[in-house]
Amino acid sequence: MDFINAIILLLNYIFIPALTYGSQLALGAIFVTLIYGILRFANFATGDMMSFGTMATILFTWYFQSLGVSLGVLPTALLAIPFGIIFMILYMLLIDKFVFKYYRYQKSPPVQFAMVSIGVMFVTQAVVRIVIGPADRRFFDGEKFIIKAREFKEITGLNEGLALKSTQVITIFVTIVLVSLLFWFLNRTKTGKSMKAYSDNEDLALLSGIDPKKIVLVTWVIAGILATIGGALYGLDKSFKPFTYFNNMLPIFAAAIVGGIGNPFGAFLGGYVIAFSEILLTYAYKKFFMYVLPESMEPSSLVQLLSTDYKFAVSFSILVIVLIYRPSGIFKGKVL
Amino acid sequence: MRKNLNVIAAYSIMMVLILMVGIFQSWNIALSIFNLCLISAVMTMGANIQWGYAGLINFGIMGYTALGGLAAVLISVDPVQEAWRAGGFDILMSLWLIVVMVLVIRFVLKRFEKSKIRTYSIAAIIISGILLIRFSAEPGIEAIEAVDPAKTGFLGGFGLPIIFSWIVGALFAGGLAFIVGKVALGLRADYLAIATLLISEIVIAIIKHEDWLTRGVKNVIGLKRPAPYEVDLQTTDWFIKLVEKFNSGKLSIIENLADRQAALNQLVIEGSSVFVKLCYSGLFLVVVIILLILTQKALYSPWGRMMRAIRDNEEAANAMGKNVVKQHLLIFILGSAIVGIAGAMLVTQDGLFTPGSYRPMRYTFLIWVMVIVGGSGNNFGAILGGFVVWFLWIEAAPISLFLINFFTAGIPETNALKAHLIESVPYFRFLMMGLGLLFIMRYRPKGILPEKIEIK
Repeated sequence: MDFINAIILLLNYIFIPALTYGSQLALGAIFVTLIYGILRFANFATGDMMSFGTMATILFTWYFQSLGVSLGVLPTALLAIPFGIIFMILYMLLIDKFVFKYYRYQKSPPVQFAMVSIGVMFVTQAVVRIVIGPADRRFFDGEKFIIKAREFKEITGLNEGLALKSTQVITIFVTIVLVSLLFWFLNRTKTGKSMKAYSDNEDLALLSGIDPKKIVLVTWVIAGILATIGGALYGLDKSFKPFTYFNNMLPIFAAAIVGGIGNPFGAFLGGYVIAFSEILLTYAYKKFFMYVLPESMEPSSLVQLLSTDYKFAVSFSILVIVLIYRPSGIFKGKVL
Repeated sequence: MRKNLNVIAAYSIMMVLILMVGIFQSWNIALSIFNLCLISAVMTMGANIQWGYAGLINFGIMGYTALGGLAAVLISVDPVQEAWRAGGFDILMSLWLIVVMVLVIRFVLKRFEKSKIRTYSIAAIIISGILLIRFSAEPGIEAIEAVDPAKTGFLGGFGLPIIFSWIVGALFAGGLAFIVGKVALGLRADYLAIATLLISEIVIAIIKHEDWLTRGVKNVIGLKRPAPYEVDLQTTDWFIKLVEKFNSGKLSIIENLADRQAALNQLVIEGSSVFVKLCYSGLFLVVVIILLILTQKALYSPWGRMMRAIRDNEEAANAMGKNVVKQHLLIFILGSAIVGIAGAMLVTQDGLFTPGSYRPMRYTFLIWVMVIVGGSGNNFGAILGGFVVWFLWIEAAPISLFLINFFTAGIPETNALKAHLIESVPYFRFLMMGLGLLFIMRYRPKGILPEKIEIK
């Protein structure tokens, strides 16, 4: 019995939160990696673009709520996400047309692109804050829990409860569907394959008649979908605050690089690597050991490797170590 | 004279702008903008040495600034004797352990051939070392943080004049830059950018959460000053006389003696804070001028030529027998040290150390905007960038408020859109910075004052 309790404890406090957080990071990381692989620059506006997409989703959610439209037990935001995506894609294409296109034709070095993306970051941040303000916003509605901790205890008769939030299930489900679709698209369709070819070798791709304009367009469309859904899921699960989104850029970068930048599958796994290591290293295992070990060996301290204050620092340290020892990432493999 | 005309013109315009703030808003605001412009100028000089001279990208400016601030605290605060007694020994022990760990790792690296076993054993040494240090420091940290936590709860510093911290801050920042440079400088430009950004976040996380060091997010306030205190000035005879002399015209208009005395008191209060700010301006100006002379000398020296050669063609410079790795490391340390000085100056001016306020937008990306806008590779350009961007950053709100009111003059005050826009005036500064950066990068990619190399 104690053993099952211990397992439930880990599931409740480590596995499910990490899986959710990892999925949110993974979507962002694939976004970063796609831009890096095809447009060839590190996009420092990642976090703010995600917050822009989330902002659009929130505005539509409010609009639907004012109309009285809802999805019942599911959050209304799910209905608003497609509209948010359209706005996000339009915004990205606008930015691309007026900003990035020029440097692409100039064949500027990646550093210059990165600088330009900082300009875009400032502008996007301003737009988001002017439109919706810097405050913390929750836009979740519908049923909050699928299983409540107390109900779970009553049903199973265990000491430990397992709480399952609906946002967690939605996040994991949507991520699986979206990522499978994305990989199907990249590996099976002609456009996806031409994107791969373009990322592998630009000149050769041009020679074989691949239209770069189309590739760039499709990349931004996919990026818009990923950014909006990733951002909206994070906002649903936690809350929406422009500043947090800007900060989230850093673990997202970490996930993309740990997975091998330019490699979407690596980025996908990288998101989970970062999320799990953050949570595993900062969780206090005292209760777990109380269940597993006999009473005489119970630990007196919290058995916490690092204090939770260092959550972000964990992922950054992992990234720095990976950058130094294996700059091409853990999951090397083929680019894109 | 003629070829420097644009430099002189640009600086004159900048000075006129600051003077206008002084005349139309207040001298206090003008001087505080001017002081922060000077500090920004020091930061941009540091970033400019790295980016403009050597083409190294450093997005970790925030971390070095914070280390400079840390130095200011550690140098100027009086030591907390009780905390030292409570946990000083444990902390010193842990420091020793860190030194021992580093030495052991160095020994392993030197003694054994590169192999998998070596890598794993180093990892094992680091992990066990960290655990050991954690357990040995834990009781000491707890004891220190328990010493009067509302006021102290930290070890304190050395109780020296805060000016020394400007040098120590440079040493701290240079030390960190040495470590970062050793491990990260081999990376490609955009990886280096990300790595330095993340390392600076780690530094901030440590400063924020190690309460025994600088009280973490509880902040350290009331640091010593190199300048006199306003309260003291207001009761000093010579200062009151000085204010009286300056404003004799204004004061003589007032007939009533009591009124005149009240007006004088008001002027003395205002004057004292202006005077204190002027003291800071003087100190900062000295630092800026010294650094400017040194950096200009370096730029036109054989060393500067070599750095440009390395920047423009690393391989060719390498082939000519220049040690690219070593020079990169050197310039990374130098630039970061200058940023460290600026960090210490900043805390000196504020008189408080607030780790929570170190955010990458303000201390990393804004500094980069300054360098790019001003003109990378040109020290005068970098300083000008610091002035222009900081001025806009502060004055963006009034300017955008004016613009909003101007364009929506026909719309009544109660209009929801207008009210919303006026409410979000503070965020227009981001818009201005972003658009400014994008326009400069597009239409004047070398900055306002581009790099100009004269061969003498």
